[in-house]
Amino acid sequence: MVHRIWGGMIVASVLFALLTGRVGPVSAAVFDGAKQAVQVALLLLAFMTFWLGILKIAEAAGLLWGLARLLSPLLRLLFPDVPKGHPAEGFILSNLSANFFGLGNAATPMGIKAMKELAKLNPRPGTASRPMITLLALNTASITLVPSTVIGYRAAYGSARPAEIIVPALIASTVGTVVALLVDRLFQRRAGDGPDGEG
Amino acid sequence: MFEALLRLSEGLIPALIAAVLAVGLIRRLPIYETFIDGAREGLVTTVDIVPHLIGMLVAVHMLQASGLLLALIQAGAPFFSAVGVPPEVVPLAFLRPLSGAASSAVMLKLFADHGPDSWLGRLASIMQGSTDTTLYILAVYFGAAGIRRFRYALWVGLIADLTGLAAALWVHRLFFGPAP
Repeated sequence: MVHRIWGGMIVASVLFALLTGRVGPVSAAVFDGAKQAVQVALLLLAFMTFWLGILKIAEAAGLLWGLARLLSPLLRLLFPDVPKGHPAEGFILSNLSANFFGLGNAATPMGIKAMKELAKLNPRPGTASRPMITLLALNTASITLVPSTVIGYRAAYGSARPAEIIVPALIASTVGTVVALLVDRLFQRRAGDGPDGEG
Repeated sequence: MFEALLRLSEGLIPALIAAVLAVGLIRRLPIYETFIDGAREGLVTTVDIVPHLIGMLVAVHMLQASGLLLALIQAGAPFFSAVGVPPEVVPLAFLRPLSGAASSAVMLKLFADHGPDSWLGRLASIMQGSTDTTLYILAVYFGAAGIRRFRYALWVGLIADLTGLAAALWVHRLFFGPAP
């Protein structure tokens, strides 16, 4: 699927550019896109190295384990396929909490670490497992108490009350998350699979 | 109260770091070595992610530069107007799952033109703040985990975006009323 989407985006763009005479900008876009990816990666590198370092200490100190024990019922509900006590649990929860409190820079490394732990549980390497897709759904629709980036921009543009969007955004993202989880479950049923998935 | 919440969020990061290190010290862990071990893993993982980022971002940039994305947005505009989406935020809705930078740019343009506290400025803020860039998350998270077959992940992500955006429109109207 990813092959068709990725190929489709690029081939369709080139064809459209040929038809409308925008070959120049498209040619420039190739290098702009690659350059921007490297800039994003550099930023990601800074967060990833720092936060995975801190996270390793949290793991060694038993803090992630404690977090997982504290919120065990939530994990059972959202991730029934992850065995109780597996290290993935602590990373998943740290990712969800960081998202909730608007710590975007920390949330991504934690989510990636959780995904790598889930990959260890994956019976079919290379194919997304059920808990992986659930984690992805939670991140794309993430419930945020403090959408800090948007609030920062609002303040920068002279808003009188930059934080007034907190409650509406929280409601909207909660609705989005609940629907995402329901859709995720629906797809799981439709795929009709066991813990490891056949779809 | 909200400003206090925001300050709390800002203070949370240093507090979190200090708390983790303090517990590590109390438990007599070699915290510096542990940090370096974890950080090295972060370095290696990021290197794994870079090709995925380049592949995806080049495709998105080409889609934008070719004018195809704009044509799709314009083609979809009548439909969006019919269901009550103001035309000014249609590009934001389209760009949100593809590129955080591009949808941010649309939001900032609305801030500059109408002000962040205007009806449209608030709508753009809520839309931007209640959803995330599905394509980026997909590339980065699955790239790190070596996932090549996404199964139904993309659909779940896109439906999550769509619902989040629809919910943003609804909540915005609830809080700030219909278009002036």
